[in-house]
Amino acid sequence: MATIQPKVEEPAGDELRLVHAAKAGDISAFEELVKRYDRNVFRIAQHITQNREDAEDVVQDAFLKAYQNLANFQEQSKFYTWLVRIAVNEALMRLRRRRPERMVSLDEDIKTEEDSMPREVADWAPNPEQLYSQGELKEILGKTIQGLPTSFRTVFVLRDVEGLSTEETADALDLSIPAVKSRLLRARLQLRERLSKYFKNRVGGDGKQ
Amino acid sequence: MTCSEFLKELTDYLDGAMDAQTKAELEDHLQWCHNCYVVCNTTKMTIEVYRESHLYELPEELRGKLRSAILKKCKCGGESKGQS
Repeated sequence: MATIQPKVEEPAGDELRLVHAAKAGDISAFEELVKRYDRNVFRIAQHITQNREDAEDVVQDAFLKAYQNLANFQEQSKFYTWLVRIAVNEALMRLRRRRPERMVSLDEDIKTEEDSMPREVADWAPNPEQLYSQGELKEILGKTIQGLPTSFRTVFVLRDVEGLSTEETADALDLSIPAVKSRLLRARLQLRERLSKYFKNRVGGDGKQ
Repeated sequence: MTCSEFLKELTDYLDGAMDAQTKAELEDHLQWCHNCYVVCNTTKMTIEVYRESHLYELPEELRGKLRSAILKKCKCGGESKGQS
């Protein structure tokens, strides 16, 4: 079975050139960095906050904060990883503000024996894309990922949607590598379990609920 | 290899982050365990469907508005830029 391929990355040297120019006060170089990563930051922010307005605010605040603190960026990690760290913190802050009654932390590690044990073992056929329209599919995927604990959702989005490596995800979230791997496995398995409800192969049925 | 042992290695297997011997053991398990084969296949599809879904895309119009707002704030807040 083929493995999941990571996303193609921009050359680091080019990014560093833009960072150096922005640090020296070249606003157009910073604008280039905004253009390069604004879609990613928006996606991450909306995945975490589950709220469009909050995601818009996070994009603005994260880039502004990055700009104001560029001089403190030590260049030990990639600029993008550093930016993601800022954006995740901004998004979590907004989520806490909106849901003060719920614990929102990346340290939460809800551990139950059964949360990751597969119960649904029917294969998916035909492909989800053949079974649902794009709009229906987006609704199912959005609803399903919303149900995950914040810490699992955040790790899944950075690793599997945005294509950060395990090390970069650990760095951006201030988690250990084993913690990232454990959350990622459980996030993947929980999403798979929940999506099976919609995508599983049903002999004689149309697969829809 | 048991199914629980297989599950523990699933993430590294899907990411291709393992040595050749462990990979061979996992693939041997997949040959005869239908349940693990299905779990592995549908987990891979889970990742792919999210990666390709374009969920939460930033519309171009909003993108332009946000970029203008960011640059305006950066220019205004330039003097509070942090120093190392």
